[in-house]
Amino acid sequence: MIANAMTAARRNDVRAREHPAYWAFVVMRLSGLALAAFLPVHFWALSHALGGVGSLEGFLAWTRQPWVKIGETALVLALAAHLAAGVRLLFVEFVGWRAETQKSAIAIAGAVAIALALLFALNV
Amino acid sequence: MSARSSAWLWVAQRASAMVLAAAVLVHLATMIYAVRQGLTATAMLERAHASLAWPVFYAVFVIGVAIHAPLGLRVVLDEWGDLRGRVVDVALAAFAVLLLVSGLRAVYGVTLA
Repeated sequence: MIANAMTAARRNDVRAREHPAYWAFVVMRLSGLALAAFLPVHFWALSHALGGVGSLEGFLAWTRQPWVKIGETALVLALAAHLAAGVRLLFVEFVGWRAETQKSAIAIAGAVAIALALLFALNV
Repeated sequence: MSARSSAWLWVAQRASAMVLAAAVLVHLATMIYAVRQGLTATAMLERAHASLAWPVFYAVFVIGVAIHAPLGLRVVLDEWGDLRGRVVDVALAAFAVLLLVSGLRAVYGVTLA
């Protein structure tokens, strides 16, 4: 009985991880962690403005390296993904869960995030 | 932590998420516009100093982030790291203060100084 229950639990676990909502959850978590780690660096970078235009320009010149731009684009993708996944979650929690629309909602959230990151990457 | 306190933290997390959803949209649009124009310190500071709306907007943004990020980390540390309790809460409160102070300092530097 217990063994059956454990098997069922494991099976449910695998099935749950096959659903796009699980991957939306993972994206939400990982993008959130990346953003939380980046924020203190972002604020430190912007505080160069306190040293005047020259100080801020010196920092911005450093950010014009290709690998920094790739990193910035990854962060914009993380921000857009966290936003889109978060808005979907707010809808689920405050408007209501409708199982049949979740896969579409997750696909739309993913598309919005990628579109915003591309828009940034193509202009940076 | 009591159920009531946990419920309030949940409310704070969701309320800050709603504010941040709008703020992040504005931030993304501003960033894309700014890099399209060619991001220079002079242009960036001129734009940010053009209206008092920017310091107000970014101050609200920073306050929202200082609430939202530590509460999100709290859930991740609990569920993925099995870390919880007073020490974790004190560390997260310190992180919130760090975000608030360094964020408002940056806002002052970019929009008002």
